Amino acid sequence: MSSTAALPPGVQFQTDADRTTADEPRRAAVRNALGNYKAARGKTENAFASWQHAREAAAEIKYEGVNHLDRYLREFEEKFTARGGKVHWASNGAQAREYILNLAREKGVKSIVKSKAMTGEEIHLNPALEKEGYEVIESDLGELIQQLMHEPPYHFVFPCMHLKREEIGELFERELGAARTNNPEELTMIARRFLRRHFANADMGISGGNFIVAETGMISITENEGNARLTAGLPKVHVALVGIEKIVPKLSDLALLLPMLATAGTGQHLTGYNSMYGGPRQPGEIDGPDEFHVVLLDNHRTRLLADAEQRDALHCIRCGACLNVCPIFKNIGGHAYGTTYQGPIGSVITPHFRGLQDWKHLSGASSLCGACTEACPVKIDIHHHLLQNRRNAVAEKKVWWERLIWAGYTWMMKRQWAYLMAARLAPLAQKLHPLVLGTALDPMRSWTATRDFPEAAPQSFHDWWRIRKAAQK
Amino acid sequence: MSGDREPILARIAEALRAPAPRHHEPHSHENHSAASVPFREWLPPVGEDPQEQIALFARLSEMLRTEFRECGSPEDAAGHIAALAREGQWKRIALHSGDLIDSVAAKLPESLELLRIDNGYEKDAMESADAGFTECESLVAQTGSVCVTSPSSGGRVLSVFPPHHIVIASRGQMLPDLSAGYEHLAVKYQGRYPSFISFITGPSRTGDIERILVLGAHGPKRLTVLLVP
Repeated sequence: MSSTAALPPGVQFQTDADRTTADEPRRAAVRNALGNYKAARGKTENAFASWQHAREAAAEIKYEGVNHLDRYLREFEEKFTARGGKVHWASNGAQAREYILNLAREKGVKSIVKSKAMTGEEIHLNPALEKEGYEVIESDLGELIQQLMHEPPYHFVFPCMHLKREEIGELFERELGAARTNNPEELTMIARRFLRRHFANADMGISGGNFIVAETGMISITENEGNARLTAGLPKVHVALVGIEKIVPKLSDLALLLPMLATAGTGQHLTGYNSMYGGPRQPGEIDGPDEFHVVLLDNHRTRLLADAEQRDALHCIRCGACLNVCPIFKNIGGHAYGTTYQGPIGSVITPHFRGLQDWKHLSGASSLCGACTEACPVKIDIHHHLLQNRRNAVAEKKVWWERLIWAGYTWMMKRQWAYLMAARLAPLAQKLHPLVLGTALDPMRSWTATRDFPEAAPQSFHDWWRIRKAAQK
Repeated sequence: MSGDREPILARIAEALRAPAPRHHEPHSHENHSAASVPFREWLPPVGEDPQEQIALFARLSEMLRTEFRECGSPEDAAGHIAALAREGQWKRIALHSGDLIDSVAAKLPESLELLRIDNGYEKDAMESADAGFTECESLVAQTGSVCVTSPSSGGRVLSVFPPHHIVIASRGQMLPDLSAGYEHLAVKYQGRYPSFISFITGPSRTGDIERILVLGAHGPKRLTVLLVP
């Protein structure tokens, strides 16, 4: 976690990743959780008549939406406001926070119940509301646990996948005054009882949104627990904080995207509740909020949009599949990234959102195996975008020592005698390596700290070939 | 009033001047009607005939832990609810009115208090109900889902707040897939959609603790779907 750190993000990342990679029990817990995911997903994916064709169709829907974003956002706004909804456009986090705070003040809100919203994490909404004296309770079980832990989510779909039941039992005992239990079912019921009170009293509900439907002016929310439905059903005011890229052109597009989100995200055929909200309570309806506000958040998404090569990163439906299959995520875990969005997709988009030079190290947090790209239900070219970020970072700001090394290498490779001499000297130089091994003078330190350095061959291929030929004559 | 609308739209228009490459094969997206969406054939197969679809819904229900039951008549359905009430020692069920629901409610035992919410409700009263009893828009065979909307199912909260949700539906409401579910809504509401539409797939659930499935996270612990002719 980078919260208190004054270190540059790249250095912080290295430190945190070293620490979390050494935490073998935690890694085992994460591996176990992801193993279950893999099995469930495989089964659900196989139920599709053609998962690969479905991916093509899903990619086309998001391509259409993102590449005509202005048109579809206008259409959404028109349809949504016609039904009494209010739309606010926020260029950045500050504007979004300001709007929600003003709304809370204006409506005399005291207590706020929140359902999972990564956009809320992105703009640090909870601390801003709490600072102004509002009580904010996360209602998704995983998010509630993370809120009580005072930790950001570990994974943007499975927020507390890294915790063991004993840790959660202890947390609930300490923070909620519950009787000690390690039983997942009992723990869930403790949270249910605790949150019911808050649902009944909250004056404002804040949610995210999985899709913005242009055609019908709706926000679609996917969840398993029912907390988002209560958030949108009970309080007088509902606010949905949604990134502008969540657009889909048609309501019927969801007939494809909802099953794909469930399959890729959790290995379910369909998530427990997929709800579409088109405005506040309408005349003749029994319940629902008096007001429904949608905050459309840019916060540098237009910067990514302007990069045509990587624009498809905005197709992301935040299923988390790329995290679940990523060998780097499995080893360093979610917190080491120090970002709102972890894993491969987070490594692609964070440099666009928060600065390429500060976050370019994430492009290196990849083995380029391409598992993320394969797993992506909307066919984002994730691992190539990591390469493009590397290229762009270097093109924008050259690293002097890398240039020096490449210049030296080029010089050597153009001169056969220099190359042959280097090949002869390598085994000799390696004999001297133990003198500095592991010390600050060791040029191979970052490698030799955890691995042996391979031994240079005593004889080069050139020499071997020459001797062999001579012997044959 | 609406914040940075113009600057954001201007940034988007500027950003979109360069076309983006496609990393996928574009299929004929243009030449399809709402009735035949281009992706329907790639989704899990559902079978053509209604009996097959009911069987699929039943199979998925078992997996989802939805209690699905085909009833011979409204009396039969009322009998089943009465049995659930006895077993759970229910005092009160919350419900809305409707043709299907009324035909069943009339045959429920008198000992069961009926909390009618058509003209609004107190949150506490709703919470004290042992079950919420609703109709639905449709059932979706492909995913084992129940489609509810505000007008079809007593608003937004009745189907999620009480610990047991009972749905009554007729056989004709079984639809093959989500596309058909959306199409049904489009035809029925002609653009004047309800403010709330939801596809409910199984009882409320969570896997947040060690990915272990627990039912009844916030919403109903049990979901019963009763199908009448």
